[in-house]
Amino acid sequence: MRRREFLATGVAALGVTGFPAVLRAQPAPVKIGLIHPVTGFIAFSGTQSRAGAQMAIEEINAAGGIKSLGGAMLEAVLGDSQGKPELGAAEVTKMVEAGVHGIVAGYSSAISLATSQEAAKTNTPHVVDVGVADDIMNRGLTNTFRFAPGYSKIASAAVANLDTINKAAGSPAKTALVVHEESLFGTGSAKLLSVELPKIGIEVVDVIKHANPTRDFTNIVLQIKSKKPDIIIPANYYNEYILFARTLQQQKVEAKAIYSVLGGAASNYQFVKEFPDVADQIMDCNHWFNPKSELALARKKAAEAKGLVYTYEVFLTYNAVAYLADAIERAGSTDKEKVIAALADSTWDQHGMPYGATKVENGQNIGAKPVNTQILNNDIEVIYPAEFASAEAVFPMKSNA
Amino acid sequence: MPDLAIVVPSLLNGITTGALYALVALGLTLIYGVLHIINFAHGALLMIGLYAVYFLNVQFGVDPYAALLIVPPLMFAIGYALQRGIITRSSHGRDENILLATLGLSIVIENLALYFFKSDTRIIDTPYSFETVEVLGAFLPLPKVIAFFGALATAALFWLVMARTDLGKAIRALAKERKGAALVGIDTEHVYAMSFGLGIACLGVAACLLLPSYYVTPQVGHGFILIAFTIVVLGGMGSFVGALLGGFTIGIVEAMGGLFLGESLGQIGIFLIFILVLIFRPAGLLGHKA
Repeated sequence: MRRREFLATGVAALGVTGFPAVLRAQPAPVKIGLIHPVTGFIAFSGTQSRAGAQMAIEEINAAGGIKSLGGAMLEAVLGDSQGKPELGAAEVTKMVEAGVHGIVAGYSSAISLATSQEAAKTNTPHVVDVGVADDIMNRGLTNTFRFAPGYSKIASAAVANLDTINKAAGSPAKTALVVHEESLFGTGSAKLLSVELPKIGIEVVDVIKHANPTRDFTNIVLQIKSKKPDIIIPANYYNEYILFARTLQQQKVEAKAIYSVLGGAASNYQFVKEFPDVADQIMDCNHWFNPKSELALARKKAAEAKGLVYTYEVFLTYNAVAYLADAIERAGSTDKEKVIAALADSTWDQHGMPYGATKVENGQNIGAKPVNTQILNNDIEVIYPAEFASAEAVFPMKSNA
Repeated sequence: MPDLAIVVPSLLNGITTGALYALVALGLTLIYGVLHIINFAHGALLMIGLYAVYFLNVQFGVDPYAALLIVPPLMFAIGYALQRGIITRSSHGRDENILLATLGLSIVIENLALYFFKSDTRIIDTPYSFETVEVLGAFLPLPKVIAFFGALATAALFWLVMARTDLGKAIRALAKERKGAALVGIDTEHVYAMSFGLGIACLGVAACLLLPSYYVTPQVGHGFILIAFTIVVLGGMGSFVGALLGGFTIGIVEAMGGLFLGESLGQIGIFLIFILVLIFRPAGLLGHKA
């Protein structure tokens, strides 16, 4: 009898203490679809984006997951678009069938256009991480949100900031030449710049479009040399940017500024580390974190501790995931309509960006804005606007010779 | 209309860039032109060569030109092993199997590179990366000038091997009449593998001469593979001088096309010339009629 009593008591005790953790239903994971070009010609950027997203998921899970859903863990569902919009769209279809609760995609504008359109068919919440084309947000898709700025905002900020920097130096720059890659991002940026630059008194002497990949930039640089623009404005991806910047130096091109708009390399620590001489004094108007934010600096440190180069793809995609997770948290549900409503009325401010609290209009965070950076003393400094600046702009460029 | 002052520098640049293209195409002309193996893995193997040069430089401080003593023999060994171990075994003598085997190889190699090296763009910095040579008012990057002479020397070396050595004679015999070559005692499997190895070794040379002015990623071969096939057909299959000539032609057409038609549209010129040559000289510029 004593043995039976002991067993019965033991079982009862386990039922009270030990078993609940096992028997009580674990909250179902919240599945987040991540679609990025981790292979193909923009694989570097896609891999960086994926790393940023995974970092956000790890940190949110480590902090207890989605608390309003009983501590549900975020679960990444990974997709590779290979740099192709149609494959990105196909990944969305697969993910929706797999039951994802939201999608973060797809690094490039062309891919984001396709993934958001496909996600709209099932009203799946979709946050665009990096894609800057205005068209992504202009189609009236109620499922699509973008935390970062679009390129009309970036281009107009780039032009306005350039005007301020130029005027502060006594307006030495009168002409500019735009070199851009041929996809939606480069072409769209170039078109906007061509319209906006003359409004601040800078004549656009030429606009040169190039293919991806371009194996040799000498021809383009020779054309630049013959036109002698005061400012060279590149808008292209990392591999082409490297070759372009190297060729500028090889051909001894002198300009008052190399002023990138969303330049793949001028806001890239890897480029600065590998080519300090080439990178020196290059300016960029780009996505960048607030260098005066403790949160932003802590995230940078955490990313670098993981061996990541802290490019804008990393922190933009981190924020896209965290913004979606915050919406699910506030919605207290994975119901698509509720998550979409929470994304639309977000006032999230834990992003470390120079944006202020989120304010969404038609899916676009209207507080999002780029800043101007410049490579100075082998580091990337924010030079404009003044409230976020960590250094003074050097303009015109001082000769490296 | 472009400034005439940049036509000559652009032309010279086209020639030196063409030399780099020719270097990549030289190996292919042996493999594709002589052995009739459509090697879709050519770009992926070039990538292996570039990574080899990169890691030798970064890990051991080996200059890319000094790596010429290491990388081409290494690539030869890889090529020899691939031909004997995979391509011959999987082909069972059928051309379509070879095509699929090399395509499969390229996918496997690229994905392995992605796994091991990640998709980072890697570049080396040498003391002469930014050195230039002034020719007719044009600043030609020193690495490209070296690549130009390297391409000439490699083509000459290949020609010598093919024309003056027993191996060259065996390769040519095998290309013309496989059964006949086997009947006179040529070890066909060995010669096939030697030829493939030599073609891949040539990519090793190209990698050493290319990296001082280029970058490497797992996908880097894509930018060269179509150009290399075009050059081989344009120059005449199996002709090393033709490959050089084809490379220079493509380099010049690309440069001039970019100058006069715009950088994006200029690429059309390459394929326009290619189609014209195929119409009027189906065997290529220096190819022999079948």
